[in-house]
Parts: sequence; C-alpha cells; structure tokens
Amino acid sequence: MSLEDVRRRRILAYSVPILAVVGALIIGTIMLIALGADPMKGISRLFSGAFGSGNALTETALKATPLLFVGVGITIAFRANVINIGGEGQIVAGGLLSTIVALNAPDMGPFVMIPLVLLAGLLGGAIWGAIPGALKAYFGVNEILSTIMLNVVAVQLMNYLLRGPLIDPLEIERGTRIPQTQRLVESADLPRLFGSGRFHIGPLIAVLAAVVAYIVLWRTPLGYRIRAVGQNKDAARYAGIPVKRTIVLALTMSGALCGLAGAVLVFGSESHRMVTDGSTAGFTGNAGFNGIVAALFGGLHPLWTVPASFLFGGLLVGGLSLQRAVQVPSALILALNGLVVIFVVSSERFRKRLLEQPPEVIEDGDGSKSVEVTEDSGPPGRDGPPEDHIPGDDS
Amino acid sequence: MSELFTQSAIIAVVAGGIRLAVPLLIASLGETYGQRSGVLNLGVDGIMLLGAFGGYYAVLKTGSPWIGLMVGVAVGIIMGLVSALMAVTLKAVQGISGIGVFLFGLGMSDLLFQKWVGTPRPITKFPKLDVPGLSDIPWLGEMLFQHSVVIYVAFAAIPFSMWVINKTTFGMNIRAVGENPEAADSLGVSVPRIRWATVTIGGTLAGVAGAILAIDLGIFQQNITNAQGFIAIALVYFGAWRPLGIMLGSLLYGLINALVLQMKVLEIIPPDWSDIAAMTPAVITILALVVVASRFQPPSALTKPFTRGA
Repeated sequence: MSLEDVRRRRILAYSVPILAVVGALIIGTIMLIALGADPMKGISRLFSGAFGSGNALTETALKATPLLFVGVGITIAFRANVINIGGEGQIVAGGLLSTIVALNAPDMGPFVMIPLVLLAGLLGGAIWGAIPGALKAYFGVNEILSTIMLNVVAVQLMNYLLRGPLIDPLEIERGTRIPQTQRLVESADLPRLFGSGRFHIGPLIAVLAAVVAYIVLWRTPLGYRIRAVGQNKDAARYAGIPVKRTIVLALTMSGALCGLAGAVLVFGSESHRMVTDGSTAGFTGNAGFNGIVAALFGGLHPLWTVPASFLFGGLLVGGLSLQRAVQVPSALILALNGLVVIFVVSSERFRKRLLEQPPEVIEDGDGSKSVEVTEDSGPPGRDGPPEDHIPGDDS
Repeated sequence: MSELFTQSAIIAVVAGGIRLAVPLLIASLGETYGQRSGVLNLGVDGIMLLGAFGGYYAVLKTGSPWIGLMVGVAVGIIMGLVSALMAVTLKAVQGISGIGVFLFGLGMSDLLFQKWVGTPRPITKFPKLDVPGLSDIPWLGEMLFQHSVVIYVAFAAIPFSMWVINKTTFGMNIRAVGENPEAADSLGVSVPRIRWATVTIGGTLAGVAGAILAIDLGIFQQNITNAQGFIAIALVYFGAWRPLGIMLGSLLYGLINALVLQMKVLEIIPPDWSDIAAMTPAVITILALVVVASRFQPPSALTKPFTRGA
C-alpha cells in the first residue's frame, strides 16, 4: 500500500464521525419535512440558535460543559475497555455530595468554598464509579448492568434527599414542598466571567479536565497501564500490571469526572440550588448519555471531545430555537443524537478496516518492550485524531 | 401499619405487583433469547418507548387496545431488525449501539407525542377477564384471576419460552450459537441467521412490553418506561438467563413497587421515605448480580460478534 494510499484511507476513516452527523442531519431534515415544517428554516435556526450570537455561544458552552466532563470520563473508562453508562447516576452523586457539603460546611469564602464543593462533586462521582469498578474487578459483575442499576439507585436517593433531609425549610413552612434545597451558600457560586452574562468558569474547568485527562492517559505510567489493560488484559497481566486495580481506578476516575459535572450543574445553575423533578434527566439533561455521543464523536480522545461536546451542546441549545421557529419539539435533537451513535458504531468495522496497519511496539518508560500496545493517539495536530477501536465488553 | 394487613390491601399489593411485573417480564424474556445466542441488546428501553408511543397512539386513534398491541408488535419487529443489523451483520459494539437506540427511542417517542398528541388523553385499556370458577376463590381469585387478558398470556409465555429454549431444535441452536459459535457453525448452523432471529424476537417483545405498559396505564408521557428497559436487561442476568429466574425477578420488582405504592396510598410511610423503599429492588438486583456472577456463567459468546474463521 503506497503512502498516498494510506493517507487517503486515513482521511476517509477520520471523516466517518462527520459523515455520521451529516447522515443524522439528513434524516432530521426528512423528518422535518414529514412533520410539515420548513426544513431550511429549521436547520438555519438550529445553527444560528447554537452558534449565531454571543448569547448563543454562551448557552452552548454551558450546555457543552457536562457533556465534556462525561465524555472525557467515559473516554478514560473506554480506554480500559470498561463501558461506563452510569454517567447519569455519577452526575447525580456528584451533585448531591457537593450540595451536602455546601449545606453543612461553614462559609469560608469563595477561595475555599469553590474548590471544596468541586472536590466534593468529584468525590461523590468517584464513589459512584468505584462501586461498579470494584464489582467488576473483584466479583466479575458486568459493569454495564451495575452502572445501569446504580443510575436507578442514584435517582431515588436524590428524590429522597431533596424531598426529605435536604429540602429547603421554607418549602415545608409554606407547605409547597417543592423538592429543592435552599439557595446554597453564595461564596460557592461559580464566578461569572465577561461581566453580566451567564458564562461562568465551569466550561474552563471542563476543558482543563480534558487536558489533564489527556496528559494522564498518554504521558503517565497510570495512563499507560489503563490503555494496556484496555488493549489486552491478559498481556497486561503478564507484564505485571495490576489489572484489577487499574479497572477500579479507571472507573473511579471516570465517575469522578461525571461527579464534577454534577457539582458544576448545581453551583453554576441560575437558581443556585439542587432541584429534582423526580427523574435523572431533570437534573442532568441526559448528559450522562449525550456525553457518550460526544466521546464517540471525539474518537474517544479527551482533546477531540472538547470540540465534539461544543458541537453537541450547540445542537441541544439550537434545538430550542428550532422548536420555537418551526414548532417541532427539540426532542428531535435527542433522536438525532441516537442516530449519530448508531451510525458511528455501525461503521466502526469499516473504519477499522481502512486503518489496518501492522501494530507498532511502544517502549515502556525504562525502554523495555514489555507489552505490545499500538500507540495510536498522539495529540491532535501532531498525528491527527485517534484511530483505534471502540472497546467491546469482554468480561 | 395494621392497615397494610387488611384483606383489601394485601390483595391490592399482590394483584398490582403482578400487573407491574408484566412489561418487565415480557421485555426480559425477549432479551433472554438474544443473550442466550450471544447478543446483548442494550436498546430495549428505546424500543419499549417507541412501542409504548405507537401502541398508545393507535389506541387513541382507533379505540381498540388490540390494534395498539399490534402496532407495538410492528414497531418491535422493525426495531428488532435494525438492532440485529447493527449487532450481527455490522458487528457494532453491543454495549454502545444500544445507547444509540435508547436515545433515538427516547427522543423520537417524545417528539411524536408532543407533535401529534400534545396533552395526554386517557385511552381504552385491555378488557379484564375473570377466569371462570377460579376468580371466585376468596383472596386468590382477586389476586391472580381477575386480570386483563394480556397478563395471562404474558405468564403463559414463561413455560413456552422454557420449552422453546430447552426442548426445540431452534432453542438448541440458540444455545449452541451462544456458547460456541465456531462449533455450531462447523455443524452447519448459521450463526447470523439464529442471531438475527433471536434479536428480532427480543425487539418484538420489547415493543410489545412498551405497548402493554402504555395501554395498561391508559396514558403516555415522556420517558414513560423510566428505565424499565434497562432493568429488564439486568433481570436477565438476575434470572441467570433462565425464564423462571426472570419471572421471579420481575415479580420481585412488581411486588415491591406495588407495596410501596400501597404504603403511600395508606400513608403508612412519609412520602420521602417511599423513594428509599423504591430503591430496594435496584439494590437487591445489584446484590443478585454479585451472586449470579459467582455461581453462573453467562453464555460464553455473549457480546462477542462472530466472524467465520476469526
């Protein structure tokens, strides 16, 4: 195969996720026509509502923030060949623990309170990720199922806490009993940037988290272990990597990032309270699932997940403009997100075939060639986007 | 607490529990076929949502719950075929492709509901059938034999599925393909054909489960399944891939949820505590997953796409 040929095949392979989105948008257009709406008007409002003004960009960035946290978290787990679909529950756990800390800690000023509540969110999510991690590593419980069930547990825990112990005392006094906390301590509010707008530091923290995750995955021994376990568990074990502990750690880190999303959702919200409508989606906006879409679109690479989240955050925001403009419910965007996932994973085999190359051997820190791991993902711009597989579940 | 032990309360809990168990039972039974043949279909919840909306909408327009059920079947077949195409022919990663189906179903059912229905209107439910003779037995009659017709059929599907999986050639092929696809293939069993069939059966039953859920409640709302499709998948593990175990798991869910509902109605527990009580089946399921993981082996080829000669 000539070099030119390889390059052409690579470009084709990289464009698969983009084709998936284009395909979904084409189906979306057909659906708009079928529902009797003006498709051109709808699509143009979709994009102008998402990216067309400063306000739109702010909303898009805020919507993209939880997607990015979840997307990066899910990428870490996927790299260890662990499928984390417990993002929803982990977001809730992070939101809850950060709320509990804010309600109980003495006010120590923003320089303490903001890091404190973010750490609490991180910890809440980490706990909710460590449980399925430990169940998988030490008891052989399939993590897909345990994370699903923990989503169910988390939503009921949230409903209980917000209707009971954490409820705003005013709600009881007035007898309205809306399941929400009181306004949380002001010094924990995420600081706003750019004057009076809604833009706060949440999106910046998310981007920072993506960069850190990238460094951890590709520049540290821990990241090497995670990827080695993901590529070939048996070879990793043979090379002396503690496979079980690595799996627990990967899911814990994955959960921690989702938990951060929960804290940012609470302390970056307009009301500065944690509120439930009885469902997880009411708090997370389905970020635990939409984050998977962003991660897949970003090729399971933390840095590429940044623009991917921005795109999908934009579509979710733009969906509301579309709804106002052509009276087609914004749930359309959720359906199209589903199609993007379907298209990406269904075309994965063709993409892999396009990229088939002899595996390279990378060297361990000390130069010993212990495990064969294809070094497939450098920083974007240097090597282009990643080209490896989506892991399957081989438990 | 004593109000809970009155005849009417106990009967309400048991009869209600059986009703609530049925959508889970049907969806889990369907998923069992796929998993026994080596395919984990994570899209059950999405298919249930589409089946629920399709069924609801058909009943709303025609007034016949049976037409609603048929629409549920049709939606299930279509989505089952799509799932089979993804999992078997295109060999998509099974843990993730189902999330796509879920998001599609969640968005699509909500979209069509808002666009075509708007405000929820109640629909005709399935007719009740009092089993002659048996329904007159005190206590038991009211608990077990005064249900709508579909519920008897759903429970009849359990022994039927046991027979299909354990006694028929088709069932033997399903198990062979799920345990050792290479061996099955070498003996002339078409692995893709068996898996296409089982995943389509699973999708069909998921569509039916959704339609029954909506028609039995007589209403539709956004995300009406509330993760029941996901729970159904966990129940297949809970039941160790056996129809009887799955029935036990579904009944456990149904009964605990009915009990919580009844305790809320009788105001035995404060409203916030009912959330804790509703958590118990999920916690029990997680514990059951640990036990099952140590005692039973999943079908060896579960989640592994089959490529001849690979």
